[in-house]
Amino acid sequence: MAETQVGMQYEDLRHQSDTALIGMWLFLATEILFFGALLFTYMIYRLWYPDGFIAAVRHANILIGTLNTAVLLTSSFTLTAGLLYAKAGDMRRLIYSCVATIGLGLLFMALKALEYAEDFRERLVPGTNFALADHDGARIFYLFYYTATGVHLVHLAIGIGLVLYIARRARRGDFTAQAHTPVEVVGLYWSFVDIVWLFLYPLIYLVGRGG
Amino acid sequence: MSEPVNYLTNGWTIRSWLLTHDHKRIALLYLVSITGFFFLGGAAAALIRLNLLTPEGALVSAETYNRLFTMHGIIMVWFFLVPAVPVTLGNFIVPLMIGARDLAFPRLNLLSWYLFMIGGLVALYALFVGGVDTGWTLYTPLSTNYSKGHVVAAVVGIFISGFSSIATGLNFMVTIHRLRAPGMTWFRMPLFLWSLYATSVILVLATPVLAMTLILLSLERLFGIGVFDPALGGDPLLFQHLFWFYSHPAVYIMILPGMGIVTEIVTTFARKKVFGYKFIAWASIAIAVIGFFVWGHHMFVAGQSLYASLVFSILSYLVAVPSAIKVFNWLGTLHKGTIRFDAPMLYALGFIGLFTIGGLTGLFLASLAVDVHVTQTYFVVAHFHYIMVGGMVSAFFGGLHYWWPKITGRIYPEMWGRVAAILIFFGFNLTFFPQFILGYLGMPRRYHSYAPEFQILNILSTAGSTILAAAYLLPLAYLTWSLFWGERASANPWRATGLEWRTASPPPTENFAEIPVVTEEAYEYPPPEVAQHG
Repeated sequence: MAETQVGMQYEDLRHQSDTALIGMWLFLATEILFFGALLFTYMIYRLWYPDGFIAAVRHANILIGTLNTAVLLTSSFTLTAGLLYAKAGDMRRLIYSCVATIGLGLLFMALKALEYAEDFRERLVPGTNFALADHDGARIFYLFYYTATGVHLVHLAIGIGLVLYIARRARRGDFTAQAHTPVEVVGLYWSFVDIVWLFLYPLIYLVGRGG
Repeated sequence: MSEPVNYLTNGWTIRSWLLTHDHKRIALLYLVSITGFFFLGGAAAALIRLNLLTPEGALVSAETYNRLFTMHGIIMVWFFLVPAVPVTLGNFIVPLMIGARDLAFPRLNLLSWYLFMIGGLVALYALFVGGVDTGWTLYTPLSTNYSKGHVVAAVVGIFISGFSSIATGLNFMVTIHRLRAPGMTWFRMPLFLWSLYATSVILVLATPVLAMTLILLSLERLFGIGVFDPALGGDPLLFQHLFWFYSHPAVYIMILPGMGIVTEIVTTFARKKVFGYKFIAWASIAIAVIGFFVWGHHMFVAGQSLYASLVFSILSYLVAVPSAIKVFNWLGTLHKGTIRFDAPMLYALGFIGLFTIGGLTGLFLASLAVDVHVTQTYFVVAHFHYIMVGGMVSAFFGGLHYWWPKITGRIYPEMWGRVAAILIFFGFNLTFFPQFILGYLGMPRRYHSYAPEFQILNILSTAGSTILAAAYLLPLAYLTWSLFWGERASANPWRATGLEWRTASPPPTENFAEIPVVTEEAYEYPPPEVAQHG
């Protein structure tokens, strides 16, 4: 129970727990502006270079993209289930949920790696030998693509580390049905990473694909 | 020794400092680091002023000159002005003022100091090994294509220190929301807290945009893909928009805490309840909110749409309203007050004068036609130095003297405090007032040489800067002296209101023996006499 003691600046455990949640919400506000700047850049150049962007979107691997969307949404489901188990005091199932979440996170990364490999094979890398060199703005699309998915993967890797930490603490017996705020804090973060993907998915794979 | 253990005597090992979770000790770690950065940035400024003694440049080559003013800007903005008051005085005083035992997240607070130091050292590495010659604004495509300096390393340093800003802002906001003592309602809080809260909102919401912009800048420089370089299909104006979306609100990060300090000092040394409490409180919030929508006034001549410029001009006028409200409220507080001219008060009065000049010349620059005439001249340089050095640094020194007895338990030498405050005021004006004239006459900024007819005003400015340099070194000497030989301070040497004065000087590690209960509004003078004196 080492880390569930109440800090001297708090009245009680509940005061401390609620404060931790507010801290995470505020951190997510920072994150929204962080990704917001990138999405704004995408929007500007989507208007400048519709042709290059549409050509690039049509080269995206929609099968892997859609599969990954399903994987990530499911991972949010498993972690939320874990939170409900924690609330019910079932710490064994909380650990199982964490393991499932980590597994799905790793699956997402593996699929993403496959997709990157294919992008490289198809010369969808904006260097010399770029496959879409004829389309103005396609380079900028791919800069967005690699930056956005890269930063998203970094967030996902941090998330996997955090869920691992939750699982370890659950195994140590740190949580009870009343005191399990870290699960909820990490859950908020994980869902945010999920939501970021929900914005990236249409921008990379869908918008301009038809027609 | 008979005195009770306080936060300074609670542990003597280096470890007890470097791994501390105590907001007061972290504030001191920050104070030492920030002082180092201040004098480094100041040294660069001194070399710049020396070089401008003669029209052809007295000291350094054009290239070295570019590196000097870039180094001065990057260090002063990101490693002194933005963090200065929040991480030192704010860190120390916020929990004491609201009657809490610490900030909400003490470990995050310590982490923020380490991030700040890592970022600072990386930036220093870039600035000393080869340097950066783009100016602190890092405009593209100069920074991504043409500059030969260590742009990416400098940007990485700024990026890392940004996380420390975010951590500090987040910590303050959560602390003010959650840890106020019983009875400490929002409108009973001292106004320093309102100003820090407004500052924190900007830190949390603006800094991440700079972070992403710097990532894109680095990728363009490393891989040659045009996000901002027009030759590669990018838009240089987009960089300026994103950059100023952070960097203009950052100006309010730099000035809002100073306004908060001045409010505390003015009411203490006028021994009078602050005039128009709610106006000052809401003015802080209004400045933070409107401040997010004025960034385009940095781009009037950059080729943005005229209609955009019109809107940004109007909004820039609008943000002057809450700033003026504060100035009038300080004057209203002084009116019929029982004024004492101790050193903190001299700094605060200096702030009011210099900030007013800096603010009014800001209105000149917000007007489209005048801006075209003085853009990129020394007029702009003088304007923002009046706000940041005349205003913010004066406020920082004022606050440092005001809370020095609380922080160290010692009284600083009052006479020397007053001498330094007056020297700073006159040295500052002699340095920067000539620059208004130089700019109006057309001397452009960021050149290492200038037309011969500008020499006299430049010599005056350099002469002023030597006074200023001496005046900044004085507090370093006498404040350090007072640490060892200063008279011991009582709990409330200024007989001020505010919870921070109701605990011992220096405070114990847990701040208060018992959490105080607040039963009255802020600044009810005279305050109840506190039992422990001397």
